[in-house]
Amino acid sequence: MKYSKELIDELNQKAKKLRKDVVISIGVGVAGHIGGSNSSADIVSALYFHKMKHDPKNPKMPDRDRFLLSKGHVAILQYAALAESGYFPVEDLKKTKEIGFYLQGHPDVLKTPGIEAGTGSLGQGLSIGLGMALGMKLDHIDRKVYVLVGDGESAEGQIWEAAMAASAFKADNLVAIVDNNGLQANGKVTDRFNSYPLIPKWESFGWNVIEIDGHNMEEILSAFDEADMVKGKPTVIIAHTVKGKGVSFAENVVGFHNGMLTEENYAQALKELS
Amino acid sequence: MTYTNQRMAYGNTLVELGKEDKRIVVLDADLGGSTMGKLFEAAYPERHFEMGIAEANMTSVAAGLAQTGKIPFTNSFAVFAGGRAYDQIRQTIAIGKLNVKICGSSSGMSDFGDGATHQAIEDMAIMRAIPNMTVICPADANETVQAVKAMVELDGPCYLRLNRNDYENVTPEDKPFEIGIPSVLKEGSDIVVFATGIMVGKALEAAEELKDKVSVKVVNVSTIKPMNKEAVIKQAKDCKAVVTVEEHSIVGGLGSAVSEVLCKECKPIEFVGVEDTFGGSGHNYNDVLEYYKLTKEHIVESILKMVEPYK
Repeated sequence: MKYSKELIDELNQKAKKLRKDVVISIGVGVAGHIGGSNSSADIVSALYFHKMKHDPKNPKMPDRDRFLLSKGHVAILQYAALAESGYFPVEDLKKTKEIGFYLQGHPDVLKTPGIEAGTGSLGQGLSIGLGMALGMKLDHIDRKVYVLVGDGESAEGQIWEAAMAASAFKADNLVAIVDNNGLQANGKVTDRFNSYPLIPKWESFGWNVIEIDGHNMEEILSAFDEADMVKGKPTVIIAHTVKGKGVSFAENVVGFHNGMLTEENYAQALKELS
Repeated sequence: MTYTNQRMAYGNTLVELGKEDKRIVVLDADLGGSTMGKLFEAAYPERHFEMGIAEANMTSVAAGLAQTGKIPFTNSFAVFAGGRAYDQIRQTIAIGKLNVKICGSSSGMSDFGDGATHQAIEDMAIMRAIPNMTVICPADANETVQAVKAMVELDGPCYLRLNRNDYENVTPEDKPFEIGIPSVLKEGSDIVVFATGIMVGKALEAAEELKDKVSVKVVNVSTIKPMNKEAVIKQAKDCKAVVTVEEHSIVGGLGSAVSEVLCKECKPIEFVGVEDTFGGSGHNYNDVLEYYKLTKEHIVESILKMVEPYK
């Protein structure tokens, strides 16, 4: 085992806490993106609580690693990670999407500390991340930009513009993670709009491709460490995940892409995540 | 150095500013030879990014560069810079007030040969509707030099609208550009003409032609957004009526912006601009301008129409 049991356990516990925070921030009777948040929670846990260099007291520290949600609709997951890191109080998560509040439905760079760029119109985050990666290279800052991309989102042409550009610029400081949960808003990716196979596409676009189980913490950590070793090309991690992971009634259920929880759902979800 | 072409003024000014200010980076989408981004590429190849024919990606990459403290200028024809990349500009750059400068080159009818697909007649309307955006349309090459300098000083998103072709300067060289400050180029008391871009020169010619008949004031409005309401009211107050002149659709551009201010002051307004229609090809720029009624003669006609009730 490359990583200590303590580390793996800790990051798994933190991922569970993120999922719980997601449920709490959605609350009862209001729609929220539980599915895609919970499928990415292990990856986000590994980044925020282990892999990335970042400082909640100094969110704009120049030599930080950066994390961007290209799938901006799972902002609640990133808010949970930021809160648990100490950027702002965990208590505030409950007030997400309240009028005038600093936690918006999609990431807002002006309102929320720790958000690197506004995203939400799908397909754009990888390009933004590439811009950051190029800027950091100009400044000789040897850190990484991590961008979480959805598999449904991969239908957007701009993802592939960015993929071409990143390999053309040899952006080896850019790491994309595809949250390959197999579902998009209206059904299975394979049924609605089949953007698969992903691996040969990314390989042919000149990327180093790593395929993992996106809920296996050791594989996640190992993939990020492998990406550090690759020079001259960007890395994409295809993470096979389960949409809604950790909440039994939401797992692999299309309706929980942006679903509403009943009182009963809410209580059950919290129980399962405790 | 005096220029008679806005693209040359733009490209050379970026090179000049880029010498000291290493934050400036330039992105092109395979049109650097036309946008004059090629001048920056030749001077500082490490700070020029050829993004290929992919304007959406170019624009979002610029957003990322801005988030590392750079001052990116994205170049393309105005139809693509502001049109094709509209969503990228809106979602990340404008909502986040990111320090990205978008240069819409070959705007209006100035790409006369390529026709409707390449003639941006709605770019100012689109950019003007986006919160946090500054929109600048310089009258000539002299003003372009100064406008680019002002854009670098401005912290926030900005759209710059440039003409493709050579024409004479009507504003002085070396006059510092203040964003949001229109300038009176000719005093007058009957009709005030608010003009922008290449049409400023044509408005001055119209005023000159009418000098024995109508007292015409000509105001160069090179900042379309934020529109300086006080200045517009001040310049219109003592005149009987208003004419706006732009190489842009009469829907949503300078005329609309001025009307939004003056409708509350009850001033009659006439618009000279592209009627609600797309452009089309011609063998030369003047033929196209004439076809779409963007000439001195049409400005004269409009001034005479507006002054008629007061004679």
